[in-house]
Amino acid sequence: MTAADTTGRIDREDARRALTAGVAPRRWGSWYVAEHRLLAMKGYVGEAVFQSFGNPLIYLFALGVGLASLVPQGVAGVSYLEFVAPALMATAAMTIAANETTYPVLMGFKWNPTFFGMNAAPLTGGQIVNGIMLAILARMIMTVTIYFGVILAFGAVPSAWGVLAIGSAVLTGMAIGLVLSSYTSTIKDDRGQMAMIQRFGIMPLFLFSGTFFPLEQLPVYLQPIGWISPLWHGAELGRVATYGLEESLWLTVTHVGYLSGIIVVGLWATRRHFVRRLNR
Amino acid sequence: MTAVRAQRGALYAGNTRAVIHRGLLATRSTNYLVVFSGFFEPVFYLLSLGIGFGALVGTVQTSTGAEVSYAAYIAPALLAVSAMNGAVYDSTWNVFFKLNYAKLYQGMLTTSLGPLDVALGEILLALLRGAMYAVGFMVVMQVLGLNLAWTALLALPAVLVIAFGFASVGMAITSYFTTFQQVEWVTFIMLPMFLFSATFYPISVYPHVIQWVIQALPLWHGVELIRGVTTGALSPMLWVHLGYFGVMIAVGIVVATRRLRALFLR
Amino acid sequence: MPESVISATALTKTYGGVAAVDSIDFEVAPGESFGLLGPNGAGKSTTMRMVGAVSTRTSGDLTILGLDPEHHGPDIRSQLGVVPQQDNLDMDLRVRDNLLVYGRYFGLPRALVAERADALLEFAQLADRAKSKVDDLSGGMKRRLTIARALINEPRILLLDEPTTGLDPQARHILWDRLFRLKEQGTTLVLTTHYMDEAEQLCDRLVVVDKGRIMAEGSPAQLIREHSSREVLEVRFGSDRNAHVAEQIVGLGERIEVLPDRLLIYSANGEADLVALTERGLHPITSLVRRSSLEDVFLRLTGRSLIE
Repeated sequence: MTAADTTGRIDREDARRALTAGVAPRRWGSWYVAEHRLLAMKGYVGEAVFQSFGNPLIYLFALGVGLASLVPQGVAGVSYLEFVAPALMATAAMTIAANETTYPVLMGFKWNPTFFGMNAAPLTGGQIVNGIMLAILARMIMTVTIYFGVILAFGAVPSAWGVLAIGSAVLTGMAIGLVLSSYTSTIKDDRGQMAMIQRFGIMPLFLFSGTFFPLEQLPVYLQPIGWISPLWHGAELGRVATYGLEESLWLTVTHVGYLSGIIVVGLWATRRHFVRRLNR
Repeated sequence: MTAVRAQRGALYAGNTRAVIHRGLLATRSTNYLVVFSGFFEPVFYLLSLGIGFGALVGTVQTSTGAEVSYAAYIAPALLAVSAMNGAVYDSTWNVFFKLNYAKLYQGMLTTSLGPLDVALGEILLALLRGAMYAVGFMVVMQVLGLNLAWTALLALPAVLVIAFGFASVGMAITSYFTTFQQVEWVTFIMLPMFLFSATFYPISVYPHVIQWVIQALPLWHGVELIRGVTTGALSPMLWVHLGYFGVMIAVGIVVATRRLRALFLR
Repeated sequence: MPESVISATALTKTYGGVAAVDSIDFEVAPGESFGLLGPNGAGKSTTMRMVGAVSTRTSGDLTILGLDPEHHGPDIRSQLGVVPQQDNLDMDLRVRDNLLVYGRYFGLPRALVAERADALLEFAQLADRAKSKVDDLSGGMKRRLTIARALINEPRILLLDEPTTGLDPQARHILWDRLFRLKEQGTTLVLTTHYMDEAEQLCDRLVVVDKGRIMAEGSPAQLIREHSSREVLEVRFGSDRNAHVAEQIVGLGERIEVLPDRLLIYSANGEADLVALTERGLHPITSLVRRSSLEDVFLRLTGRSLIE
């Protein structure tokens, strides 16, 4: 039908064939991209799994055991281990997001321009973004779930609702990943922007988002970093889940709404930038 | 006699300056902001943990028995860590890229420069950057009142010794690497060393066996060395720490030079 | 005459007010091998991207298989095979995996894709490299793999943007052989090139483009007949004397072209002109009589060489 709308003739055999062949990629294109990206990740699946176990073990021993010895009284009514564990989980999701949405995005446009190859096939820019994000999501869920398992083994999850912290960590990671990809998809040349993202984006988020201590411990002028930080919202949400951090319901709703909002806007912006860059 | 000199000549042409000069020129064309930004990493850690977490902690006892504020406890450690990170980054990622992708060294070695010029040049270049960061960080420490004794001035040369040690060994190890994945492992191994080497809390929380392992690793020596001079708690152990880095430097340079010669002058 | 598979009318693409493609018209018939010949920056790649339904035209009309790329991008692209100027194989995947993944983009069943991948690796003479890393392939092999990948959906039209640029002569000939086979099988080929020998080898019909405009159109033989002489006499007198000599031999042949390093004398009989030249007491350092080529056509039409 659509062919008739725009060209006035649908009686062509080859046009009909094209419209038929276009149906599957239009519907499933995002999944094809996700499939591709996951296959490419298979190259380093060994390291990914190893690090998924190694990182929580190292951090929980260092912080939950070592640093905790300096605060025997605990924090905000729970042990220090219980306090940091959900925040570390969200941090792990953030790290994956940062790794997968910085160089790999620039790579796909520049050094190994696979995105242009995908777009030359029936896939659209929007589908390419969806697929990339689906693959990252899959990897993130795996890593965060392992993280949760380790935390559970450390006995740092008093609440039965704790498993919901997997969701809050993933929400955090995707929000940060989409903010980053909406920027990295516009980078033409690598002039150290990735190092800047790491040093002035990821690192301050990690350090000033109430990860290691309640945000209120910081001087008032540093606290706003936490309020805009998706990591703070995610960590607090995780704490609500794992040990029932007491906060007002509207604050919990704000955390979820803020992270979801960033995801929606970030996805929209990233898709827009991809389409624009692919369709020059 | 002449044969010996010729061999030494092939190894070292006394022209490290040319390598440093090229490196400085290359830095000039890169983004200054990126180079400058390296200074902020330890500062952020200090502000976050020293001020934020420190408010929960109060004072901490150092290995020499002094009671110091938490910020004063971690500041010297952060200085040592940033010396390590900078030196390791420059001598692994950077050198690996140049060895295998930019093919810079082949070009250098076909001139009159020897592998030792190249090795020393790269390392000294890394040290120069490390020294700048260290001076900046020490100013921050001074402002926050975390330099507890005049001996803190000695932290600057100490940082250079630490960076030199890590850079030499890093370069030696990198000369054996063939893929980027192997370089990534270095980063991964550095994480536990960073967290466990009495950086953020005394290692006395761990059983003796683990303490011994930590004490065998270089970062712990670096942290103790700098903490000793900034807190003014001088002890004969400082000589042991210094000696540790002396050995690292010697072994690293010898191995790196041999490897470079094996790789390029054949 | 069968309906065109590609039809462009007054097709235009501007970037920031500058026209990269400036109102061009062309048609491509099914099974035809159609070429765009022109120097770098002539607008060939931009045209190819519009035909490839990945770049929106600024104005004019364009249909591919009777469909408008503006609304039917994915549908049109399902029928195309694209070999871009810059290889964009996935370096993280192995040779065969590149084909499998790409086949999936078209929504083809896995079993079918696997079957085609093996046949195409055979066709591209890469069967023994199926498990290699893409990075380990030579430039010519990567190009062949890119062509194999472009064929995974059995495209109606194969778009090739400078398929042999940067390859050594041997690799080019292997590639030409493969493309010739596709042509024999009836695949419609659309290619851009700035190599006249490539255009002569592969194209049934071509357009000469320069600065976004079409300068001439026809088969290679037709273009040479219309825009050049049968033969060309090339003589060199040394770079400082060429221009001076040119003034002395006005009237020789049909037309004389002065290049920095040599003189080109266009004529029906090059040997006769060479004799005439020496009879005037002019003795070139080197001389060569050859048949006219598309290079000469391009020089005639634009006053510039194709490869500068």
